[in-house]
Amino acid sequence: MESIIPILEFKKTCVSYTKQTMAVKYVSAAIERNTITAIMGPSGCGKSTLLRAVNLMHNLYSNIRVDGEILLNGENILLMEPIDVRRRVGMVFQRPAPFPTMSIYDNVLAGFALNGIHLSKSKKDEIVESNLKNVVLWDEVKDVLNKKGTFLSGGQQQRLCIARALAMKPDILLMDEPTSALDPIATKRIEELLLELQKKVTILVVTHNMGQAKRISSRSMFMYLGELVEYGDTETMFSNPEHERTKAYLIGKIG
Amino acid sequence: MANQKIKHRLAKDKLMLWTICIFATLTAVPLFAILGEVLLRGYSQLSWSFFTEPTPTAYKAMKAIEAGEPIPGGIANGIVGTMIILSMAVVVAVPVGILCGTFLAENRKKRFAKIVSYLTDLVQGIPSVIIGIITYIWIVVPMKGYSAIAGSVALCIMMLPLIIRSTEETLKILPASLKEAGLALGGNKARVMMKVQLPAAFGGIFTGVLLAISRVIGETAPLMFTALGCSFIRWSINKPISAVPLLIWEFFNDPHLQELIWGASLFLLIFVLTLNLTAKYLAKKWNQ
Ligand SMILES: Nc1ncnc2c1ncn2[C@@H]1O[C@H](COP(=O)(O)OP(=O)(O)O)[C@@H](O)[C@H]1O
Ligand SMILES: [Mg+2]
Repeated sequence: MESIIPILEFKKTCVSYTKQTMAVKYVSAAIERNTITAIMGPSGCGKSTLLRAVNLMHNLYSNIRVDGEILLNGENILLMEPIDVRRRVGMVFQRPAPFPTMSIYDNVLAGFALNGIHLSKSKKDEIVESNLKNVVLWDEVKDVLNKKGTFLSGGQQQRLCIARALAMKPDILLMDEPTSALDPIATKRIEELLLELQKKVTILVVTHNMGQAKRISSRSMFMYLGELVEYGDTETMFSNPEHERTKAYLIGKIG
Repeated sequence: MANQKIKHRLAKDKLMLWTICIFATLTAVPLFAILGEVLLRGYSQLSWSFFTEPTPTAYKAMKAIEAGEPIPGGIANGIVGTMIILSMAVVVAVPVGILCGTFLAENRKKRFAKIVSYLTDLVQGIPSVIIGIITYIWIVVPMKGYSAIAGSVALCIMMLPLIIRSTEETLKILPASLKEAGLALGGNKARVMMKVQLPAAFGGIFTGVLLAISRVIGETAPLMFTALGCSFIRWSINKPISAVPLLIWEFFNDPHLQELIWGASLFLLIFVLTLNLTAKYLAKKWNQ
């Protein structure tokens, strides 16, 4: 039974910032477990808007409307408590955002502190070490765990943010252009990391870098003007796109 | 031709620069004139006993003047009073102000928040003498006497708008991503505020508190209606109490004590300047 229900499914999901226009229009798609799914499309096509719907970020702003259904393991999250949803759906932002007043150590544990979960010192040490190892940051920071997270380089900060999200053991990790603020070397390391992490967690990543989508994702969505134009295997989409718009985007005519 | 034009422009630039420099210097003149005057007149009075002994009686001062000796005693009663009044005001104004500022920053679009925000501005504009007389009616009359409590209520009312504003403004300029990152980890709004937003805003809020203190520490009028004054060191909070600015006024009105004005003024001035400079320094450090 478990395997038949997709881990995440959009059903006619719509998001609007204003009454007149929809930023995301009737998107329907099922995300496969333990894969990396890329969301591509030109700037302003609604990628971030769709992604942010999954952890109910839109609930924070009273003007934004989300309609349709978004099912997490078959349960409609739009009817769930935001706090419960967000514990199961991790998010990594475009600009690395470690909490500036917290040490590296406390940043990894921030999710627990913010949920009011108390842990023993040994449990904390264990979580910090295993999650920093998960994001291949442990060797670089194990001697400076008490320094502020903001002392790290951009790439290290982003890996710290991934560790912070993973520490909560989410079902899904949402990433909104996680490498767009990073240099090529840091980008490559994050990409390698994601390929490794997909064994543990389902990843939904927004990227406007086609090369990145090709390198890391097994499934791809192409969005245009708020609509999901095409969704399928990344390889097929790049070699043989079904829609004219997708083709035009992939050969660089739009976007 | 073109060369001429450029030369002309450069000359204009230079003229502008000089004008700005001259006006900048002119604005600094009053500050240094005041500092110099108070320093020259006051430094000779500063001694250990000036800070540890209370105000002398007029009789003692008169005797000392007749004998050609320096006036004995100091402003310890004022310093103790100021510290007591101020700490009670801070203990109430800081948490209430931060809470209120947080509310305003988090509910920008709510009608109620807009009204409160507007009222805050109004309170900030109320002349301090009016806050003094109002506190007299509200606290001194029902308590049947002047007291440190009444004094701190008056100063508290004056500090609140400043603390509210600085909290609100600092929280507003934090990047939204900080709050979103906290909420995305499953935190509720209160915890994200306590563990992420307020710590990140600490510098700005602390600066605001220091500025609020330096703003009220020299207030005289509201204390005249509330704390009244006291010629000896007193530690109780429900009796009339002294304060440094009150002492300056008392010294001015007593021909035998006038020599003490400048020492007290110098003390107050240095205190306020230090608070201000610390606040500026922290604000700068925080913005980096
Ligand atoms: N906070 C907002 N308020 C109003 N409109 C917004 C807001 N955020 C995004 N939009 C609009 O929604 C559309 C989709 O934006 P977005 O999801 O950020 O696109 P993408 O991430 O694909 O670049 C754009 O037209 C954008 O102008
Ligand atoms: Mg975007």
